[in-house]
Amino acid sequence: MTPALTRVRRPGITRVRRPGRSLTLTALTGIVLVYSLVPLIWLLVNATKSQQGLFSSFGLWFADDFALWDNVVETLRYDDGIFLRWLGNTLLYVLAGAGGATLLATLGGYGLAKFDFVGRRAVFAIVIGAVAVPGTALAVPTFLMFSRLGLTNTPWAVIIPSLITPFGLYLMWVFAAEAIPDELLEAARCDGASELRTLFQICLPLLAPGIVTVLLFSMVATWNNYFLPLIMLKDPDWYPLTLGLDAWNAQAATAGGQPVFHLVITGSLLTILPLLAAFLLLQRYWQSGLAAGGVKE
Amino acid sequence: MLTAPQARPRRLPRRRSLAGWQFVAPFMLVFALVFIAPIGYAIHLSLYRRQLIGGNSFVGLDNYQRALTDPQFWSALGRVAVFLAVQVPIMLFLALLVALAIDSGRLYGRSFFRVAIFLPYAVPAVVATLMWGFMYGTRFGLVGNINDALGVTLPDPLHPDLVLLSIGNIVTWEFVGYNMVIFYSALRVVPTSLYEAAEVDGAGQLRVIRAIKLPAIRGALVIATIFSIIGSFQLFNEPSILQHLAPNAITTYFTPNLYAYSLSFSGQQYNYSATVAIVMGLVTMAVAYLVQLRGIREEGR
Repeated sequence: MTPALTRVRRPGITRVRRPGRSLTLTALTGIVLVYSLVPLIWLLVNATKSQQGLFSSFGLWFADDFALWDNVVETLRYDDGIFLRWLGNTLLYVLAGAGGATLLATLGGYGLAKFDFVGRRAVFAIVIGAVAVPGTALAVPTFLMFSRLGLTNTPWAVIIPSLITPFGLYLMWVFAAEAIPDELLEAARCDGASELRTLFQICLPLLAPGIVTVLLFSMVATWNNYFLPLIMLKDPDWYPLTLGLDAWNAQAATAGGQPVFHLVITGSLLTILPLLAAFLLLQRYWQSGLAAGGVKE
Repeated sequence: MLTAPQARPRRLPRRRSLAGWQFVAPFMLVFALVFIAPIGYAIHLSLYRRQLIGGNSFVGLDNYQRALTDPQFWSALGRVAVFLAVQVPIMLFLALLVALAIDSGRLYGRSFFRVAIFLPYAVPAVVATLMWGFMYGTRFGLVGNINDALGVTLPDPLHPDLVLLSIGNIVTWEFVGYNMVIFYSALRVVPTSLYEAAEVDGAGQLRVIRAIKLPAIRGALVIATIFSIIGSFQLFNEPSILQHLAPNAITTYFTPNLYAYSLSFSGQQYNYSATVAIVMGLVTMAVAYLVQLRGIREEGR
């Protein structure tokens, strides 16, 4: 997939001269690299330890017993397989929340970019203003409102607020404005295609890098969401993974509670793997999408 | 800065207006439900007080007056202000250095650097806080390991005096890569002709950075600063999760958000909690606006 924007400079091709590689600079930047990776390596190493090994071995090296598979099995089975239930909940919130958010942002961004209509400026002003509103400042009133509507402690309480991403709308707007030529729309209209058909059959492929970027970033936001479900959900059966891990950790840290630190660590590893994989596999998409929309001046 | 994409040269026929709204309406409907309605409801709540007898009564700005004279609120606000003043510059400076290093083309394996340093962004705040919290720990954490191995006693990162610093480290770890990618993306759209001109003039690397690269990504710097300010004022996840690991170091009014949360869910003081949230929203928007204003003014010089 080529990024739709030609003004994005491809590295190496148009460079005037290629400066020589520097070992010193690589080593200095390597410090930040180590900083970024050490906690992840710590997590990986310690997910292979039993509860006992955790306390008796050095943090950045393996214990005598290699208990990764036992830990994974125990994590999935503990408390009647509640971890799998939490995984299912997270998937539901991500599919409905991030999927819905991407759909709304794509429709809206396309509409704002390609149609002139009364109130277009007002929509822009309101949405950009909303970016500056601290999301968590809204949490308490949203909770009280939802509890009046009888929505708290249901999946809707997590899904509905996840549907709005002002940043996603802005990104799709900028992206659609530059990626879809007006002539293309004129041609489709002359052929008598309906507006929706024009979007879904003709414009969608052109919008793909933008859509993947918005989808990926709203997936991260929903998958990693903690504050919203913490407020909205009481019943552990509706918890997403993040809240479940927090509950396990709270249990382990409480005096008299069953210490399940090895499950917290293995569960954490299982929680982050899908997103790390998604970012690694889709990096060409989100990098070009960000370059196009996120930093427009 | 954020501006609306330029209007297209030709105006489409009027009947397109309805079609345009069809696309935007679904977003705006949900937006009204989860953004505008809660703001309105919060303002409403903040003007009332729950009485033991007689339900809610209108109290005007009493709740706001209480917030402005509430030492716990001020202590929370002061804490995030310190956090903001120390953590944000360090994180953004680090992100900028890495972005410039990768953009310079002088690194071995630079796409590996870019992706690996970005990865922590994909890690949930819960997992990031648990990992660092465990590593900070003296029982099976790295700090404990080092103490045992070297026979020293390092200061406990979860001690009340140090815990803010430790939280700053977690937040820096989470977002340095994200900001780096934003800066790097901005650097990549600098027109090549500028570099050619600089080379003709015989400008060195540092000169190019100061005269071309930094001014070119000013917009991205301002956006990243604003988002980081909003993030700092909203600080909640990391201290909330760390509370289980360091119960004595983190109070219920550690940050304004934690305070609003405790007021609502432990104290049932919904009206006052909404007031605290609104005051924080106003403070955040005011500071973000000032930064944006400064960013634009410097651009005009």
